[in-house]
Amino acid sequence: MRAAFQEIGKVLLLVTIALPASAQQPIIGLITKTSTNPFFVKMREGAEAAAKKHGARLVSGAGKNDGDNGGQVTAMENMIAAGAKVILITPNDAKAIIPSINKARAKGILVIALDSPTDPVTATDALYATDNYRAGVLIGQYARAALGTKPARVATIDLFPGHPVGAQRHNGFLKGFGLNAPAASVNTLGSAPEVVCMADSYGDQTRGQTAMENCLQKRPDINVVYTINEPSAAGAFKALKAKGKERDVVLVTVDGGCQGVRDVASGAIAATAQQYPVKMAELGVAAGMEFVRTGKKPTGYTDTGVNLIAGKAIAGVASKDVKTGLELCFGRK
Amino acid sequence: MKHRLLALGTLGPVLALLAACAFFATRSERFLTGDNLSIVLQQVMVVGVIAIGQTLVILTAGVDLSCGALMALGGIVMTKLAVENQWPVALALAAGLGVTTLFGCLNGLLVSRLKLPPFIVTLGTLNIAFAITQLYSNAQTVTDVPAGLTALGNAVQLGGTSVVYGVILMLGLFAFAAFVLSQTAAGRHVYAAGNNPEAARLSGIATRRVLLGVYVVAGLCYGIAALLSVARTGVGDPNAGQSENLDAITAVVVGGTSLFGGRGLVLGSLVGALIVGVFRNGLTLIGVSSVYQMLVTGILVILAVATDQLSRRLAQRGA
Repeated sequence: MRAAFQEIGKVLLLVTIALPASAQQPIIGLITKTSTNPFFVKMREGAEAAAKKHGARLVSGAGKNDGDNGGQVTAMENMIAAGAKVILITPNDAKAIIPSINKARAKGILVIALDSPTDPVTATDALYATDNYRAGVLIGQYARAALGTKPARVATIDLFPGHPVGAQRHNGFLKGFGLNAPAASVNTLGSAPEVVCMADSYGDQTRGQTAMENCLQKRPDINVVYTINEPSAAGAFKALKAKGKERDVVLVTVDGGCQGVRDVASGAIAATAQQYPVKMAELGVAAGMEFVRTGKKPTGYTDTGVNLIAGKAIAGVASKDVKTGLELCFGRK
Repeated sequence: MKHRLLALGTLGPVLALLAACAFFATRSERFLTGDNLSIVLQQVMVVGVIAIGQTLVILTAGVDLSCGALMALGGIVMTKLAVENQWPVALALAAGLGVTTLFGCLNGLLVSRLKLPPFIVTLGTLNIAFAITQLYSNAQTVTDVPAGLTALGNAVQLGGTSVVYGVILMLGLFAFAAFVLSQTAAGRHVYAAGNNPEAARLSGIATRRVLLGVYVVAGLCYGIAALLSVARTGVGDPNAGQSENLDAITAVVVGGTSLFGGRGLVLGSLVGALIVGVFRNGLTLIGVSSVYQMLVTGILVILAVATDQLSRRLAQRGA
């Protein structure tokens, strides 16, 4: 029995000796919306690689599903308890997460939002994200040019009511398409006479298909379709194909995941606006390490860039080809 | 009074469906076309087949929270084996159906042998099945599914309207389930075991075997729903089934099946599923946000449960 205690004592001694070595590595926390979405999987991989390069230790957590604020609050508390110096977060709920962020910042932790802003945006020290309004503008311009002079009958397959990213992409699309559109700061969906159907997909493939089917029942002559993301675009394409309309419709979307870019290559999607989760993670980790070393905090919004990936280039609209899109995409190549 | 309320439980959902159809037909001339109704049926075929299994479970005074997660698991297993492991379609399909049936069997054993509450058991298997689905698929959608697995998504022309094979399968399964439940000893045993398990046991019904059988058959239903989901979307989606989970329970409850067991008709669940589908489709046709569909569904759920409770109380008073 005593021998066993001695063994345990030795192990404990070893642990306490070993601890300071790892404690010297600053801890950077990353909290994503979910742990399963390929976009956030890629972001986490990017953050892990960047942390390793800078000699930091990355601790990651996530909400249980899209919209789960409670899970993110728990992850945040655990990271504060673990002694994180920097926390990077993609907020599931732009407002509800703010009390937790305030708690962390009051303890001197640097908090940076990635991918989605908090509301107000000043609740975090800095924001590294795609300009979703601009992403919408790019695909709107492309769709207008691809349609040519034909009169437009537009369907929008949206996210769900009240989400800033859903509103910014939708309104940006209207703007780029040359329709009357709300400004980037507005969180409600704009409409115009040319928009003949609006339906929610929740960013989901099956529900995107259902939404498109119902829109085609309302107006079989739809010739432009905007969708919130690539899974919902894949669903919309399935519905269009079932009606034999896949060649008569310009389908545009946002994300730039590898599967989405492949759908552009096959012609299912005409164009997508590609965003860059790894860049968000790299910038976040680099700024975090700068803060750990020098105490200097980053501020404001940094655009992590967006590129139009199109199957066919159209004169007057700047775009990149599918090959470039596949090199830069997230998800399984 | 008692009989009138009982009849309301059965007729109520049918009246609600007819009223919704009449409303949308007057607001949009496209609603009552064969083409549109065919679309609505396609949109409810997956949740409809899940609801058959769910009806059986709820008839035994249970509830199955794992239904959507099992469907997602079945869909991922059959598509991944067929696409990445190049299994023949029949074998991959059998494996998918086998996995959901086995999980149903696990639910059934825990409920009938260990006497654990169905709510807790299926909450557990919901999480287990979701986790296995994500790990096995690496959270990636399976694409390029062979034609054999999506054949049920093809359509046949019936009187100028295209009807998808999956819809015919769903309607066939409903008819079969209705027949078994009302005309066979096994079906009546399900009602008996749900209504009063002790009385059923004393009258010689092997209630534990009935319970186990119900969960196994429900598991098989979720496997068939998985095949329909793959056929409809053309992919194996690891995130499928998350809305179907509660939608199926909603369809059963709105369809008039009692959450306390022993009462209800499986065809009511079809009506319940159709009500949700008709509202989603009709609201889009008239250009109204689909959030109203949730509002209406919520009201119908409460009305259905209230009717059931009230008729139960009156029945007790009468006895």
